Amino acid sequence: MRWRHLDRSLLLWLLAAGVLVALVANPIARLLWTSVQGTGGLTLDNYVTAFSRWRYVEALGNSLILGLSVGALCAVFGVPMAWAVSRTDMPGKGLVWIAVLGTFIVPNYLSAVAWILLAGPNAGWLNRSWTALTGAAAGPFNIYSMPGLVLVVAASSFPYMFVFTRSALDLISSEMEDAATTLGAGLWRTTLRVTLPLTLPAILAAFIVAFLEAIAIFGAPALIALPGRFQVVTTMLWQFFEFPPKVEVAAAYAMPLLAITVLLFWLQQRIIARKGYIALTGKGGERRMVRLGRWRWVVLGYCVFVTSLSFFLPMLVVLQAAFAKAWGRGFSLDNLTLHNLRFVLVDQPLTRAATVHTFVYGGVAAVLALVLALAIAYIVRRGLVPYGRVLSYVAMAPFVIPGIVLAIGFYASYTSPPLVLYGTAWILILAFTTRFLPIAYANSDAALRSINPELEDAVRILGGGRLLALRRVVGPLLKRGLAGAFILVFIPATRELSSAIFLCTAGTQVLAVLLFDKSDEGNFEYLSAIGLILVAGTVAMVLAGFRLVGRDFMLRRTAT
Amino acid sequence: MSKLVLTGVGCRFGDVAAVDDLSLAMVSGEFVSLLGPSGCGKTTTLRMIAGLLHPTSGTITMDGAVISSPGSSLPPEKRNMSMIFQSYAIWPNMTVAENVGFGLEIRRFSRADIRARVDQILEVVHLGHLRDRYPSELSGGQQQRVALARAIVVQPAVLLLDEPLSNLDANLREEMRYEIRRLHDEFHITTVYVTHDQAEAMVTSDRIAVMNQGRIEQVDAPRTLYARPRTRFVAGFIGRTNFLDGEVHGDKVVFDHFTIPRARFPEAGSLHGRVSFSLRPQSIHLHRVQVPQRSLGADEGACVIAGRVVQRAYLGEHWDYAVRPLDSALQLRVTARPHEVFEVNESVWLELDPGQLAHIHDKVAHPG
Repeated sequence: MRWRHLDRSLLLWLLAAGVLVALVANPIARLLWTSVQGTGGLTLDNYVTAFSRWRYVEALGNSLILGLSVGALCAVFGVPMAWAVSRTDMPGKGLVWIAVLGTFIVPNYLSAVAWILLAGPNAGWLNRSWTALTGAAAGPFNIYSMPGLVLVVAASSFPYMFVFTRSALDLISSEMEDAATTLGAGLWRTTLRVTLPLTLPAILAAFIVAFLEAIAIFGAPALIALPGRFQVVTTMLWQFFEFPPKVEVAAAYAMPLLAITVLLFWLQQRIIARKGYIALTGKGGERRMVRLGRWRWVVLGYCVFVTSLSFFLPMLVVLQAAFAKAWGRGFSLDNLTLHNLRFVLVDQPLTRAATVHTFVYGGVAAVLALVLALAIAYIVRRGLVPYGRVLSYVAMAPFVIPGIVLAIGFYASYTSPPLVLYGTAWILILAFTTRFLPIAYANSDAALRSINPELEDAVRILGGGRLLALRRVVGPLLKRGLAGAFILVFIPATRELSSAIFLCTAGTQVLAVLLFDKSDEGNFEYLSAIGLILVAGTVAMVLAGFRLVGRDFMLRRTAT
Repeated sequence: MSKLVLTGVGCRFGDVAAVDDLSLAMVSGEFVSLLGPSGCGKTTTLRMIAGLLHPTSGTITMDGAVISSPGSSLPPEKRNMSMIFQSYAIWPNMTVAENVGFGLEIRRFSRADIRARVDQILEVVHLGHLRDRYPSELSGGQQQRVALARAIVVQPAVLLLDEPLSNLDANLREEMRYEIRRLHDEFHITTVYVTHDQAEAMVTSDRIAVMNQGRIEQVDAPRTLYARPRTRFVAGFIGRTNFLDGEVHGDKVVFDHFTIPRARFPEAGSLHGRVSFSLRPQSIHLHRVQVPQRSLGADEGACVIAGRVVQRAYLGEHWDYAVRPLDSALQLRVTARPHEVFEVNESVWLELDPGQLAHIHDKVAHPG
């Protein structure tokens, strides 16, 4: 009689929980384990090696300088723009919005390629314009430097600052500002003393995100810092993997990066959770736009300047290079060619395969992440296994692991028996799945939250099991939300470089890695063509997302 | 139609006992309401009967077989029950006909059979013309009828309703009460109905179980429940009432500045020490002149007490008076017909029938 009482779908839930733990916990555990492995058993030698050379410590310092500078520059870029779009009558807000979205879409390594074209010593467009205008012997810009790297990374990360600040500003009612105005404060004083302090927690949170992004990033530093002869943590980690790979030292060296990230994310959550200070009631009340008068053209000018650095100029030179016989010959009809695109997409088997890999791996990873995330979110929401909440933390954990660190964990886990995945596509797919699982989880959870559990109870009481309820009711209702989530995972998975770079092998190249590998050859026309394919793929997905889910779906990712 | 028995059922969430040692036996085809304020455990009880929650103590049996116990519970899909949810839980991705036919589909009825049964039940709930609509195109009342049809069409052993009318407007709610009772009279399905609305429970039920703080205070037919409430909570929750506290002295029950002969109470034999009674406002009548002496102190008829009107309100359908017996601290609420007009401060005579004074057994152990 008792067997009738057993809910057989329980096995499925336990399986999902098992897969999750294996996927997330195994690489992290192996990373920690590997970092204390020596020839004669447990040892701290790896840590000694990793932090005893000045070169290695200097790279750590450089990463901190990079992170702090990028955070600050992001604030300089993003905060005024957010204020202009949210609170003023500045014209051209639609243009600014598109440019910010465009910045999200351009991968940081493509942005680095573009800035090499723009501000490379001597040959860069900006330097050539300078010499042409002033008659000077050499241009003033050198992108292969720390300021150059800061500019490139900040230009591609400032949308976080913009989005965070803007959503905070959107919640401040004009009444709060009016209260200051009626007491005799002018516009500037009100903005500086009331509006800005109210958004400070959001700015601080965005600063942390930008900082973490900057220290975890691999592509831009690899393209700019290495030729500029300086190192940051991520490029250092990459060098530990040059033959023969020193995985143990790399694991030890990755620990500060991991620790800082976990700590700062914790801090950021604390800041966001302090609602009392922010006084963002959500009701907002009536909001009026600040009238800028003639100043609005100045403000618009600033927005155009920032988005030119982040989007318009980089895209312009990438497009030019992708369709040029030689990018240095400039904009002219006889310089136009489709050869680069055709070469990448059709002629060269290696790049052709990489294109296919990129979208197939990304797609498979997105599906896997979504299925797993949905199962876990369902288990947690419906309380199907004891201690379900722990599972939700595990699913969100990759969010605080830099991609490059996760990749080292995957490398350590799956290059030796019992499970050898290195060299196959699966190690990439599983790494992407794990890395972007939090995006899938946050979206699945939000989608599930909108479904009244009584809809499933109704299926069950009429005689259908849980799985039938999922198939016939929950599934169809989640379709739209999950389509959006799929795109949000698919996009970063197709562009992922920092974890792919450690896990790719000759047979499993993806476009991002190919672009990085080809950068040695200095053939910027091909690099631009590869980048353009990635951007085009992303744009197509984003447009599909708009159609399916609505205009704000890209921003949900950052809202979590 | 099935016999449903709950024995000592309890459900704890952490330190909180949502339901505590609850017992209830229902006969086949009976309609029982669980009535109580929010948080009294009535929905928890219903969900345990459905198998959506597991009891932490006690057992639930259906036709003699244990379906729920702390060790293991038969999953809801194997109980052959139906449930109507507070949110209706109409599946928005299916049409009316698909919603109603879903349970039949699971029971592997033939397509033609499903169609026939769905059409038939939709006629019963007056929705035949909406069979191919999607739920978002229906009004609240129509969605409610879809939920009813979907639950009944499978001819469940037990029908469970969880505050099914709480999202409807007042007029529709009144109409649906009668609809639910009509359907019960037609199909005779054993039914458990959860509500916090006493009028709903009164209209629909054979018996009402009044719940408070996870326990059943009293289970009785609606008339008994109203006329003879056994606890202060039940008396106060079902309708409005006056509480009279007194003490037994020999052959008299002494109240605040008036007495009533003990022999006049229906439960005279069991009265001793301090006693409390509930007296409905409708059971008291007001007179301008003293009613003939024959009733005073006699063994038959009403008691008459002198008093003064302290407050009044005209509510259209009736008068609401507050009257204070002479020298007493007590204030009695009295309902009078619209033409029975008395002024504030006017001296009046209160006529009350001791037979309608319901003895409150608050110290008595819970029944069942």
